[in-house]
Amino acid sequence: MNLWERIVRFFGKEAAPEKTGVIAKERLRLVLVHDRADLSEVVMNSLREDLIAVISKYMEIDLSALEVTLSKEDGSVALTANIPILSVKRDVALKQKEAL
Amino acid sequence: MGTVIVVTSGKGGVGKTTTTANIGTGLAILGKQVVMVDTDIGLRNLDVVLGLENRIVYDIVDAVKGNCRLRQALIKDKRFENMFLLPAAQTKDKTAVSEQEMKDLCANLKEEFEYVVIDCPAGIEHGFRNAIAGAEKAIVVTTPEVSAVRDADRIIGLLEAAELKEPKLIINRIRGKMVKSGDMMSVADILEILAVDLLGIVPDDDAIVISTNRGEPTVIDDKSRAGRAYRNISRRICGEAVPLMALEEGNGFWSRLKSLFTR
Repeated sequence: MNLWERIVRFFGKEAAPEKTGVIAKERLRLVLVHDRADLSEVVMNSLREDLIAVISKYMEIDLSALEVTLSKEDGSVALTANIPILSVKRDVALKQKEAL
Repeated sequence: MGTVIVVTSGKGGVGKTTTTANIGTGLAILGKQVVMVDTDIGLRNLDVVLGLENRIVYDIVDAVKGNCRLRQALIKDKRFENMFLLPAAQTKDKTAVSEQEMKDLCANLKEEFEYVVIDCPAGIEHGFRNAIAGAEKAIVVTTPEVSAVRDADRIIGLLEAAELKEPKLIINRIRGKMVKSGDMMSVADILEILAVDLLGIVPDDDAIVISTNRGEPTVIDDKSRAGRAYRNISRRICGEAVPLMALEEGNGFWSRLKSLFTR
């Protein structure tokens, strides 16, 4: 540690190193999101069906090209849904206008 | 009619057998009729933790297969006459007992005992499924480490899938000083992640090693912190509301003076 770093640390500017307990908890949280998702194909299927049901109220979607996946990218887990829309239902468009 | 409780963890080496021995003995100290069952066939260990290894004649496989009467396979503890052990078989194959045989065995044992405490092998295969087959309640043991908590999470999922709802958690080998300095996950951290009810915490304590060397469950020694923790857990199992013990016991003059009077 050079003199400048010491001075910086003395005045408390530099962030203290993260505690390993916090690191452990964060790693655990991520690994469990994955484990729990891996555990059950059933859950993913049921999520997919629920998504279809909700979105179908508003628009017609292409079920054959629908993709719902969990992806892990450094440090976070994301639910990605790729849902091609065939058409938006007419009554939804009407309702929107009424609201305006 | 008794209650069948399985002690499980997924990961090995987190203290399942020690916990089983101490809970079983703790319940016996409270005057309950207790039998402990070692289901770790091929890796028998509960007998040595309890100091009963020299008294085994028959084992769980003998009892299940009818080579002896169930009563003959039960080892009566000399320290507590209301405490028994049904040891695992050491030489037989681990598939020697079926799930149905385990269910029947548990049903028979709970006719006679108030608590049947089952020590489950590590892992999630045959031995685990056998151990939980006849159980009505489950205790999950973990330590404040990423690997142990991860496996506990998996086990909780499997227990719930097997209709053993609301398993209770014991966090073993927790070190107050390290939690305080931020270098160990706290009880709250682990509970937040696993989202289960806490049955108790057991501090990391040399007394466990020392008493296990002798074949005496630490719970007998009410001066040790781990022993007191196991007494508290045993009382909670019996339905008593016992507050959690403080993680850190001061070592200063005042706390030593206080402990002289309160112990």
